[in-house]
Amino acid sequence: MQKSLLIDPAKCTSCLQCEMACSFEHEGVFNPAKSRIKVFEFEHGLRAIPYTCTQCAEAWCMQACPVEAITKNPATGAMEVDEGTCVGCKVCTIACPFGTINYNQSTGKVIKCDLCGGDPECAKACPTGAIVYVDADWTGYQRMEAWAVKTHAEGAARGEG
Amino acid sequence: MAWQRKVLRVDLTKGVSEIEPLNMDWANAYLGERGLATKYLWENMDPKADAMGPDNVLIFATGPLTGTMASTSGRYAVVTKGPLTGAIACSNSGGKFGAELKFAGYDLLIIQGVSPEPVYLHIVDDSCEIVPAGELWGGTVWETEEKLKAKHQNPLLKVASIGVAGERGVRYACIINDLHRAAGRSGVGAVMGSKNLKAVAVHGTLGVSVDDPKRFMEAVRASKALLVDNDGRKELTELGTNAMIDAMQEFGGLPTRNFHEVQFEGVGNINPEAMERVTPEGHRNLLTNKACFGCTIACGRIAHIDATHFTIVNRPKYRHASGGLEYETAYAFGPLLGIDDIDALTFASFLMNEHGMDPISFGGTLASAMELYGMGVITDKDTDGVALEFGNAEALTVMAEKTGKYEGFGQTLGLGSRLLCEKYGHPELSMTVKGQEFAGYDSRALQGMGLGFATSNRGACHLKHDVFTQDMEDQTGQGKAKPCKDSQDLISMVDSTGLCLFVMSAWGVEEFQKQIDAACEGDWPVERLLEIGERIWNLERLFNLRAGLTAADDTLPKRLLEEPAPGGTAKGKVAQLDIMLPEYYQLRGWTPEGVPSNETLDRLKLQA
Repeated sequence: MQKSLLIDPAKCTSCLQCEMACSFEHEGVFNPAKSRIKVFEFEHGLRAIPYTCTQCAEAWCMQACPVEAITKNPATGAMEVDEGTCVGCKVCTIACPFGTINYNQSTGKVIKCDLCGGDPECAKACPTGAIVYVDADWTGYQRMEAWAVKTHAEGAARGEG
Repeated sequence: MAWQRKVLRVDLTKGVSEIEPLNMDWANAYLGERGLATKYLWENMDPKADAMGPDNVLIFATGPLTGTMASTSGRYAVVTKGPLTGAIACSNSGGKFGAELKFAGYDLLIIQGVSPEPVYLHIVDDSCEIVPAGELWGGTVWETEEKLKAKHQNPLLKVASIGVAGERGVRYACIINDLHRAAGRSGVGAVMGSKNLKAVAVHGTLGVSVDDPKRFMEAVRASKALLVDNDGRKELTELGTNAMIDAMQEFGGLPTRNFHEVQFEGVGNINPEAMERVTPEGHRNLLTNKACFGCTIACGRIAHIDATHFTIVNRPKYRHASGGLEYETAYAFGPLLGIDDIDALTFASFLMNEHGMDPISFGGTLASAMELYGMGVITDKDTDGVALEFGNAEALTVMAEKTGKYEGFGQTLGLGSRLLCEKYGHPELSMTVKGQEFAGYDSRALQGMGLGFATSNRGACHLKHDVFTQDMEDQTGQGKAKPCKDSQDLISMVDSTGLCLFVMSAWGVEEFQKQIDAACEGDWPVERLLEIGERIWNLERLFNLRAGLTAADDTLPKRLLEEPAPGGTAKGKVAQLDIMLPEYYQLRGWTPEGVPSNETLDRLKLQA
């Protein structure tokens, strides 16, 4: 079973534990500047939105790569960059519509989310459940359930219970 | 490891900056942040120097755990000589700026001298430019942050800056970072202004590493788990710090109308419940909660003002969300001024952040001015026609803006209550210690807190000691000296780690010890950490003594010592400082004159 990162911005407090966890897993240091997940703030700090790769099935980055450095991990579904093959041409960064694959000046390669091999550190570090790792077929389950609960409650309030 | 081992020193007089290695002997003896900056201040300036003059030194300091995955790792401290007090100033802030300074590779940023023209610092890792501030000078904190991000095309730039209040020397001007987090107390923003330094803008890409990553992460996870289940933590997340206003009201320790009373009838209109209440028109003050860097508590409030409220009805630029009421702001603008208009309080709180001022000291100063106005000593002629009456919400918001912009009577309010009350011939009405206004705890109801206020090295302050539990159980001065001293030492250490005091609801010294010991090279047993705390406290004391302060400054205002509490659980009581202070000096190993003895200095390795 493949799983996906499910992000709920309404629960994000902008603490950046996810960015630290990501950089620590991949770089061995706490360094948000090298994180594969980024939290953006809007409206004077009112909203905070974590953003990372959605692991497209037909990934633009993979198709654009001229040296086939990006391959799909069949176990996790993650598109992974082979650093030994990547030549740092950055074409994938142009191809990605979401901007979630980026060039890393210190290594001369691109970096992107690889789902930490199936155990994403960002989800484990998130203190509020804004980032969770769920069955890829059911990323809408929580939202569906929330609406079902709401529908039920409204029905019960009207005496339809 | 944990430390970046680098100090960025900027000499504004000469217009140069240089990177020097961190003195590791000092890091090992003072840890980081508050402690290490105090040691650097001690070694880099004469404590007698004018706080607003060229010889004062302004230090931004991170701790060994700043920028790590330890919960609440976003803290940094600003240490300097405070213009409000003439004593050492040590103001601690959260947000994201501190961690960014660490990621740029620095444990400390030391600012010396005075720039011949207004400037800001633009720091990106090893590069530090001193840039003319140009049109930024004269602007607000919020404008400054927005313009710097735009100018440098970097939305991730982190900015700490001052407003006009800091530029013009309002004695309780603060340094604001990330729009609404403040190194708030003792006038550190005025020192920055006196140096012609408008802002420090930082972007860091170097990261932070620790000595034993595996053991560190185990300690971090275990400590975070304690926070998850802790009731104090849950209250901070759900209600914010303003939960304290209900506790203080019930106990009768809530200073009201310049400490004439200890309970306020309007609390129900400004407490956490009021912040969540929806008006008939559908407005709710509180929007959400917000975390500082690395924080798994998220006590910060994000709020907005009712668009129809008199403060902003014609000023749409204030209709957005921003930092909401914290306890100390709610107390200093609410009970202390007798005002229960939550939108006026929120607006004045916005103005404090926008213009860079400490709400506790502003509220305390306005409270003393309101008392003088009630006595007829200050009149409409002084106040530009504004009726400075207790309970007048418009007086609060108008004066907050005048002070922030340094206009009219705001210039007088910018003196702080000690100088203001002296100016009008009534020094006894200034509710301050060492010139700094009180946080929201009445020393007649909370005796041990009173001792802490009297002995705090930066003047009246609630964040340098913690005797709440003992004070709630027993309302006498008996046995309060020891918990006061012990908590002062413990907090001095915690303030030097890079973490926030608010984890202490769930953590004992052992949690700090395990994380420090794994992050830092060498052995860091509990005894060593507590000794560091005591050393810091004593070095701050030595700074103050050399600056000219004496035991006579370890006191409380006459009102708390002589006028009995008019109500609450401590009705009829006065602050029993006479019982507590001699015992405190003795426990500290100080002479009856409040001077650390030679034995104490030897024990703490503080002999010159």
